[in-house]
Amino acid sequence: MAQLKESPSQTAGPYVHIGCTPGHAGLGGSDLGASMKTGPVQGQEIAVCGTITDGADDPLTDALVEIWQADANGVYPGTTGADPNFTGWGRKPTDEVTGEFRFDTVKPGLVPYPDGRLQAPHVTVWIVARGINLGLHTRLYFADEQEANGTDPILSSIADESRRATLLALPDGPDRYRFDIRLQGADETVFFDM
Amino acid sequence: MTDTPHESYPRRDRDWHPPALSLPYKSSRLRSPNSRPLHFLTTLSEETGPVFGHDVLNPLDHDLIQNFAKPGEAAIGPRIIVHGKVQDEFARPVAGALIEIWQANAAGRYRHKREGYIAPLDPNFGGCGRVITDDRGAYEFQTVQPGPYPWPNGPNDWRPAHIHFSLFGSSFAQRLITQMYFEGDPLIWRCPIVGAIPSGEAVERLIAPLDMERTIPMDARAYRFDITLRGREQTLFENRSEGL
Ligand SMILES: [Fe+3]
Repeated sequence: MAQLKESPSQTAGPYVHIGCTPGHAGLGGSDLGASMKTGPVQGQEIAVCGTITDGADDPLTDALVEIWQADANGVYPGTTGADPNFTGWGRKPTDEVTGEFRFDTVKPGLVPYPDGRLQAPHVTVWIVARGINLGLHTRLYFADEQEANGTDPILSSIADESRRATLLALPDGPDRYRFDIRLQGADETVFFDM
Repeated sequence: MTDTPHESYPRRDRDWHPPALSLPYKSSRLRSPNSRPLHFLTTLSEETGPVFGHDVLNPLDHDLIQNFAKPGEAAIGPRIIVHGKVQDEFARPVAGALIEIWQANAAGRYRHKREGYIAPLDPNFGGCGRVITDDRGAYEFQTVQPGPYPWPNGPNDWRPAHIHFSLFGSSFAQRLITQMYFEGDPLIWRCPIVGAIPSGEAVERLIAPLDMERTIPMDARAYRFDITLRGREQTLFENRSEGL
């Protein structure tokens, strides 16, 4: 049993970009997580774009999105055998007018699950913004990985099958995927508590 | 099938953190998911994360009084030191944690395009900084004490003076953003954002006490702010799929 309680979360507020993407906020310097590649990378290079919409269907134009993923071989950066030119971590503000985010990354490989099975290619996604009291965790899977998705331990255990589709990034042109996140409504994205 | 020993993160206590929807905090109304988040045991994807070395830091990142100031000048306001330690739920120090901070200036104004408060900008204050915890999980930075500021929520809401903190431990499961408040500020208990936290005991954890021991005479007061992130423990991973 844990002995201490975690520090309680508070919203990132409307000015999160001052602290987390100061370059984007006009304070100078380069932003951490702005580029996920430090040289030529292995595997398929892809772009992932999307918006985050609220309960009124308006895109969040003040959010911060972070992603974390394995490399093309399913190895997490920082562990043995990982692609040395791939950081695995991206951080982007949503566009202040359109609300769009974009990550230039690689398609991840299969990742081990603790019981020995494999997880389908996926990206861990984390969202903070004004009005979000505790950062939201979700996962991006790829709609064109039907076979792997069908046996993915997390995806396939979502009881309400109709909600699984909210985690699928849809092909949107060559090497491009679209992943729109909805905070509320009939097609509300599945968020995780893990 | 047998159970596999696995180091995972015990589940977050969601009754301790503010709930997604807190009606008095208006922005949460349209931005809170209606469904409960689905639980699963952490996997490699949540148990790993980016590692930040000291090479990501600029020499003045820990000094908000100087890091945006013209040569020979300094940010205006009460000079303070903020320090503390980052530990996990099992009281183990979290070394190498990246802490990013941002705040309003001494008058309560942010350097941001969308900021609308009439208080003056300080030409020598940017309002952001970064530090990385040492081997014992300790960190320290200096800044000016931020001012309280009004915000559009209720008819007359004022944020207590605060510093925003973003924390990167050693995994994505530990990712946390929170705010530090100052001991004795009467606005803390009137704030709808603070008020979203269910218990006074949890709120107290975000209130930094004045630390006279670390105060530098004739220079700066000190506040101590300790942070606890989630921790990992050995569990047995049941080898069966559970419905989420
Ligand atoms: Fe603030």
